[in-house]
Amino acid sequence: MQIRQSNKKVLPALSQALVYVLLGVLAVLILVPLLWVFMASVKQNSEFYGNPWTLPQGIHLQNFVDAWTKARMGDFMLNSVITTALGLVMLLVFALPAAYVLSRFRFKLRRFMNFSFMGGLFINVNYIVVPIFLMLVAGDRQLKAWGAGAFFLNNLFILALVYAATALPFTIYLLSGYFATLPTAYEEAAYIDGASRFTTMVQVMFPLALPAIITVILFNFLSFWNEYIIAMTLLSSATGPKTLPVGLMYLTKAQNARSEFGQLYAGLVLVLLPTLILYMLVQRKLTQGMALGGLKG
Amino acid sequence: MDKHKGRGWFIFWCTAPAFLLFTIFMVIPTVNIFRMSLYKWGGFSNRRTFIGFDNFKTLFADAKFLQSFQNTVLLIVLVSVITIALALMYAAILSRRQLKGQNFFRIVFYIPNILSIVIISAVFSAIYDSHNGLLNSVLALFKGADAQPVYWLGNQRIIIYSLAGAMIWQAIGYYMVMYMASMAAIPESLYESAGLEGASGLTQFFHITLPLIWTNLRTTLTFFIISSINMSFMFVKVMTDGGPDGSTEVFLSYMYKQAYTNSTYGYGMAIGVVIFIFSFALSGIVNLITRRETLEV
Repeated sequence: MQIRQSNKKVLPALSQALVYVLLGVLAVLILVPLLWVFMASVKQNSEFYGNPWTLPQGIHLQNFVDAWTKARMGDFMLNSVITTALGLVMLLVFALPAAYVLSRFRFKLRRFMNFSFMGGLFINVNYIVVPIFLMLVAGDRQLKAWGAGAFFLNNLFILALVYAATALPFTIYLLSGYFATLPTAYEEAAYIDGASRFTTMVQVMFPLALPAIITVILFNFLSFWNEYIIAMTLLSSATGPKTLPVGLMYLTKAQNARSEFGQLYAGLVLVLLPTLILYMLVQRKLTQGMALGGLKG
Repeated sequence: MDKHKGRGWFIFWCTAPAFLLFTIFMVIPTVNIFRMSLYKWGGFSNRRTFIGFDNFKTLFADAKFLQSFQNTVLLIVLVSVITIALALMYAAILSRRQLKGQNFFRIVFYIPNILSIVIISAVFSAIYDSHNGLLNSVLALFKGADAQPVYWLGNQRIIIYSLAGAMIWQAIGYYMVMYMASMAAIPESLYESAGLEGASGLTQFFHITLPLIWTNLRTTLTFFIISSINMSFMFVKVMTDGGPDGSTEVFLSYMYKQAYTNSTYGYGMAIGVVIFIFSFALSGIVNLITRRETLEV
C-alpha cells in the first residue's frame, strides 16, 4: 500500500526504516548472545582462547556428555523436574479449592482471607528466605532432640512445598478472578441434578476454569524451574540434592577457575532449552495471560 | 439445617489448608523479620538477647550498608528510567505501526523474561569478560585490536553500570508487553481524529497514548521498585557476589551475607526491616507524586 508515488511519501518511508532499525537492534542484542551460547556449547576448550566470534571447528558433543555426567547436570535435571512437578501439583491442590470458595461463597472470614492473600502479593520471597531457612533449621534441631534424623533441610519435597506456599497469593488472585467471571447457572444446574458441593466444584467448575489453570501452570512452571535463591539456601549441603540453576551456578564458579568452558555452556543450553521450547509452544498464551493477571514482578 | 452445616465444613476444608500454608511460610517469616531485628542473635549458639533498636543504630553507622543503600537507589533509578523509556517506545512502535514481523519482534523481546537469572548472568559474564568477551571484541573493531580492554566487571566505577545493563536487558520485554496490553485498549477513533487534525505520531503519543495508559504506568512503577531490589540481588549473587570490595553490594545481597553467610541473624533481619520500610515508603511516595486525574475513554 505504501508505494512511493510522491515526495510526501519519503518521510514516512524514512521513519518506517528507522523503526525497523530500532526493532532490529534490540532483536540482535537479545538473540546474538543466546545464539552465541549455543555455538559455544559445541566448541572445544582450546577454542575459547582468542576471538570469541570464530565459528566452532566441529560439533563437539562431548561437552554435553561431560556436563550431563561429570558435572552431574543429569542428576540436577531430575531434581528440577521432581521439584517443579511436585510444587505445581501441591500448588493446584491447595489453591484451586481456596480460590473457588473465596470467589463464590460468602462467609465470615472471607474478607479477612482475601485481604491477607492480597497483602501476600507484596511480599517477595527473597525478602523472607532467611527466616524460612531459620524456621526449618529449628525444625531439624527439634527432630534431632527427639532422636530423629534431619528432615526439613536438603529435602526436595520441602523445597517444593515452599515454592507452592509462596506462589499461593498470586495463584489465588488469578484463579478467583477467573472463577468470578463464570456464571452461577452451571452450579445451580449441578445442584438440581443432586450433585454435592465437592462434586460440583471438581467436576463442573474446575474444567471450566481450565484456561486460567493453564496460565497459572505456565507462570509457575517458569518461576519454579528458574528459581535458585530459595533452592540454594534450603539445599545447602554439599552432598545433598541440587536443582539445575543451583548446580549451574556452582558450575559457573568452578568452571571459571578450571576453564572448562565447553562444559559450562553445554550446561547452560541444558537449562535454557526446556524453557525456550515451552515458550515457543505457548508464547501467545503466556503474554495474553500476563495482560490478564498482570502482576508477576 | 443439615445442609447449612455441610456448607461450613466445605468452606473450611477448601480454604484452611491454603491459608495455613500461607501463614506458615509467608506470614510468620515476615513477622519474624521484624521480631528478630530487635535481638542480638548470632552464630550457631542459638542464644538470643533482646537489645531493642541497637541493631539499627549499628546499621546506620555501617559504611558497607550505606554503600549498599546507595547502590540500590542508583540501580532502582537507572534501571526504571531507562527500561520505562525503552519499553514505552517499543510498545508504541509495535502497537501503533503497521509492520512486517510484528509477532516475531514481540516474541523475541519477551525471551529474556523466561530465562533463569543464572543463565542471564552467565551469558553476561561472557559478554563482559575482559579478555575474550563479546563486548570488548566488538569494541576492538572500532578502537583497534591493541586497545586497552575495558574491565566491565573488574573496574569498581564501571561494574554497577554493567549490572544495570544486564537488568535492563532482562526487563524491557516484560514491561513492553504490559504497556502493549493497555495500549490495545485505546480506541482507534482517537488516533484517527488526531491524525485528521494533523497531529504527528509523537504528539499523538504524548497527548493520547501516555495519558490513557497512565494508571497502568503508575502500577508498574511500584513493580519497578520491588523488582529492582529483588533482581539486583539475584544478579549480584551470581555475577559479582557484591565485589569488588563492596562496589556492587545491594540491599538484599548485604542482608543475605549478614544473615546467612555470617550467621548474624538479628543484624541481617534489621537490614530486612529497613528494606521493607524503604520499599513501601518509596512506593507510597512515588504513588503520591504521580497521581493525576484519571482519564476514562
